[in-house]
Amino acid sequence: MTKLTFIAHDGTHFDMDAENGSTVMENAIRNAVPGIEAECGGACACATCHVYVDEAWTALVGEPEAMEEDMLDFAYDVQPNSRLSCQIKVRDALDGLVVRVPARQG
Amino acid sequence: MTDITKTDVLIVGAGPVGLFAVFELGLFDMKCHLIDILDRPGGQCAELYPEKPIYDIPGWPSISAQGLVDKLLEQIAPFKPDFTYNRMVSSLEKLEDGGFRVTTDENEVFEAKVVVIAAGGGSFQPKRPPIPGIEPYEGKSVFYSVRRMEDFRGHDLVIVGGGDSALDWTLNLQPVAKSVTLVHRRPEFRAAPDSVNKMYAMQEMKQLAFRVGQVTGLAGADGKLSSAVIKGPDGDVEVPCTRMLPFFGLTMKLGPIAEWGLNLHENLIPVDTEKFQTSVPGIFAVGDINWYPGKLKLILSGFHEVALMAQAAKRIISPGERIVFQYTTSSTSLQKKLGVVET
Ligand SMILES: Cc1cc2nc3c(=O)[nH]c(=O)nc-3n(C[C@H](O)[C@H](O)[C@H](O)COP(=O)(O)OP(=O)(O)OC[C@H]3O[C@@H](n4cnc5c(N)ncnc54)[C@H](O)[C@@H]3O)c2cc1C
Ligand code: FES
Repeated sequence: MTKLTFIAHDGTHFDMDAENGSTVMENAIRNAVPGIEAECGGACACATCHVYVDEAWTALVGEPEAMEEDMLDFAYDVQPNSRLSCQIKVRDALDGLVVRVPARQG
Repeated sequence: MTDITKTDVLIVGAGPVGLFAVFELGLFDMKCHLIDILDRPGGQCAELYPEKPIYDIPGWPSISAQGLVDKLLEQIAPFKPDFTYNRMVSSLEKLEDGGFRVTTDENEVFEAKVVVIAAGGGSFQPKRPPIPGIEPYEGKSVFYSVRRMEDFRGHDLVIVGGGDSALDWTLNLQPVAKSVTLVHRRPEFRAAPDSVNKMYAMQEMKQLAFRVGQVTGLAGADGKLSSAVIKGPDGDVEVPCTRMLPFFGLTMKLGPIAEWGLNLHENLIPVDTEKFQTSVPGIFAVGDINWYPGKLKLILSGFHEVALMAQAAKRIISPGERIVFQYTTSSTSLQKKLGVVET
């Protein structure tokens, strides 16, 4: 199990154990993290699962692929550490990952 | 007096389920007219995920969403459906003779004996861009589509977005507007490379400005814009702006369907599972827009629903006529309709 933390826009922490291979978005939905909508169910087609990856983790999490980068155009207040959480897969190396939920989705 | 287009069945929405409804209704000789706010058929499949493979269409281990739409169009072609695109169905009223009158947002009028609502998640409408305080300017200085290019003549125009609509309108409105600034959060575009090259060439010649950044604020009064703040890599800049065209993709909204006097269940239309009829006889609802116990929002379920709905629609359109159950494999009469045997 890999530990994963979402910090909601109001500062509330949501800590959870995530299964390797699941997406960061799926864990948010399972744990009802406010502010992650995921309208398209993880198809990289809606940009409503936007998160900011904590600065300490950006290098490990990596850069979005072209399709995700295109979709990020539709997200609100995109930052260099913006990612769509349905495109990040949980793995051992990400144990302890922290992501922040933006003020609003798309 | 406006012209009235008459048809047997009017279908609201040309998504996969609306398209297949044409087939099932066509087998019973009912002529269909489809209206969609999009500029092409396919609904969610065409707009949201055309290139993604779908794995749960029976008989197709894998088919791209656009591929499915193309196949459906081929399958329904023998029934010669009529399409009206770029129009939102805004009202639906019952007529004294038992039929229905349907009106679009451009005031075209249709009359049909039966109406099938295949509106999916609702009509596709432009997404409001993430710019704080944009609401008071909408419809006055901020527009989500171009109806008349003249409306932009002599204006300082800011276009926001990185897809084909943003690039096309940047190029088309440049000769008309006083100034054009294109704003996109990065130098890569999701648009045709040809348009992107043209845009960069025009920027070279100082015919327009392209700024990398995101619009973070608007200034103006009484709905009249005067400038926009663009946050870019080198900080904030304020550019003159009296018209803005943001292109942030589309989202589905239930829209006018809520005002058609039908019972609703959490923005969905409850139907029975024998006829898929709504609370108003003669109006059916199929696909993602309907609700019944056990409903699954799957294309396959929508296909099943239209087969049963077509039987009920036939009973309304040809009362008293016996409905014979037939297979397309063995019925010559169905095969004639499909144009696969000599008539
Ligand atoms: C990313 C993604 C992946 C999916 N994957 C699958 C899958 O693998 N398998 C599967 O079975 N399903 C899948 N689906 C769901 C599937 O796409 C829907 O079930 C299907 O599109 C529903 O078809 P529909 O015809 O009912 O509605 P839609 O496809 O939503 O089409 C409805 C159409 O009606 C139009 N409309 C609505 N109101 C109006 C109005 N008032 N006036 C004019 N036009 C109007 C809309 O503009 C739209 O074009 C997926 C959906 C998404 C978003
Ligand atoms: S859930 Fe839609 S893009 Fe991630």
